[in-house]
Amino acid sequence: MQIESPNILLIVVAAVVMVLYVFTNSAVLVWVERKVSAHIQRRPGPFEVGPFGLLQTAIDGLKLMAKQLIIPGKADKRLFMLAPVLSFVPPIAALLTVPFGKVVQVQNLDIGILFILSLAALNVLAILIAGWASANKYSLFGAVRSVAQNIAYEIPLLLSLLTAVLWMGTLNLGELVDAQGGFWFVFTPFGFVAFLIYFVTGMAETNRAPFDLPEAESELTAGFHTEYSGMGFGLFFLGEYTNMILVSAIATSLFLGGYNLPFVTLNGEGVLWELIRVLIFLAKAYFLIFVMIWMRWTFPRVRFDQLLNLCWKVLIPFSLVNLAAAAIWIKAVGG
Amino acid sequence: MDTKKIAKPILMDGCDSCPSIEPGPGYQTTAEVPPMLGAVQMLVDFCRANSIWPMTFGLACCALEMMAAGMARVDISRFGSEVFRPSPRQCDLMIFAGTVNKKMAPVVMRLYEQMPSPKWVIAMGNCAISGGPFCIEENYNVIEGVDRLVPVDIYIPGCPPRPEAVIEGVLKLQELITGKRNPLPQLGGALAPKREKPTGIS
Repeated sequence: MQIESPNILLIVVAAVVMVLYVFTNSAVLVWVERKVSAHIQRRPGPFEVGPFGLLQTAIDGLKLMAKQLIIPGKADKRLFMLAPVLSFVPPIAALLTVPFGKVVQVQNLDIGILFILSLAALNVLAILIAGWASANKYSLFGAVRSVAQNIAYEIPLLLSLLTAVLWMGTLNLGELVDAQGGFWFVFTPFGFVAFLIYFVTGMAETNRAPFDLPEAESELTAGFHTEYSGMGFGLFFLGEYTNMILVSAIATSLFLGGYNLPFVTLNGEGVLWELIRVLIFLAKAYFLIFVMIWMRWTFPRVRFDQLLNLCWKVLIPFSLVNLAAAAIWIKAVGG
Repeated sequence: MDTKKIAKPILMDGCDSCPSIEPGPGYQTTAEVPPMLGAVQMLVDFCRANSIWPMTFGLACCALEMMAAGMARVDISRFGSEVFRPSPRQCDLMIFAGTVNKKMAPVVMRLYEQMPSPKWVIAMGNCAISGGPFCIEENYNVIEGVDRLVPVDIYIPGCPPRPEAVIEGVLKLQELITGKRNPLPQLGGALAPKREKPTGIS
């Protein structure tokens, strides 16, 4: 393995582009979420502000920026300010290693998937800091729930990703995509089970309904971000939507063959082919996000014991058995 | 019963811990800012008017009509106001939907104080406006009008008001903020979704 010096300029430019992408993406996704939820409930959704309500989220963002920022008197000021930033910067950094296309990937790390997972784990820390620093009992309860939930769901998530890594024999995201080619990992029985488990745990990782217990408004006011006003709250929202992108991007690259069509490997050269690949990747990722939104607005929230029971009694045994079966299959048949 | 002694609704006693209520530092009209900032102020006003997030709380039967305002038939989300935030820190608007009694008064006042500026208040229904049917001599516990507790911007009469009236109240609030009613109508409703005509309703 040779050690290359990273191209700092490229990374800086890519990071700026990625921040822009994340902001735009969140604005569009919030609009999509509000429209989809409205149509699920047989409502028109926002349509007075801009054509089809497209300006709605931009206007919400500007309003949040113009809103008074309150830091509670007993809060730990530094940690209180740190938590929202910590919740949305790591997903952006993690997105830098995602292979949107063969070339459209800022940094192809040999430990790509490990890098992404370690950054995604910081999200829990941000929530814990937010809950602790707010000096509010609802925030603290939300944070404690979030930590219990995330620790529980990290295990089946890692086990299901481990199945994919074991199957393809690499941690490098670009190589993972290439190893699948047209025959996506989800087409194998082990891949299918792992994908289902990954998707459920991914929903829990992003703290979205039906697993949005850290911010269950019927019990905990607004959970860990109860005390955050204005853009502090906005940053948590940005972090949530960026995490959604990240979860679906990982699912796309590890299970859904990245930028390849089913049973067709796209190896063409040139800008046009690259554009097609990026579009295919984004289409898959956004379809998964749409499914997440769909589930959020059609399922009620689970109770906390149900949530942990599902994880410890169902998902972990299934993912362990799946991993063992995949390992035996690889040993016996040769992958 | 000695009605004379208990006839007057007493406002502030029993909530000594609450500081006196003055209009918050929130809303600034365009006239008060330097002319250079006028355009910025107009933009910010426009944004505030089109993204009014109410607080999730109901006090009595009017709350049901408030909920109905977010449902399929009249849908307050058309104007971007369906984001009912549970935490007062993230709200712009407090809708007093129902009767406020003396025991509830300190609580709602605390909720109002917890909201970040700029913030607005809608008094919805007769009870919140003036005590409504409870505004009688024998009344001993109902606050006769929430404007005795917090500054109210919009009054929506009715017992209870229909959901359409709630939306009208939000539009009036937009008018209060920007000086114009419904600042960005969507091409006169040309792009509005086609909806079936409701049947069986006169």
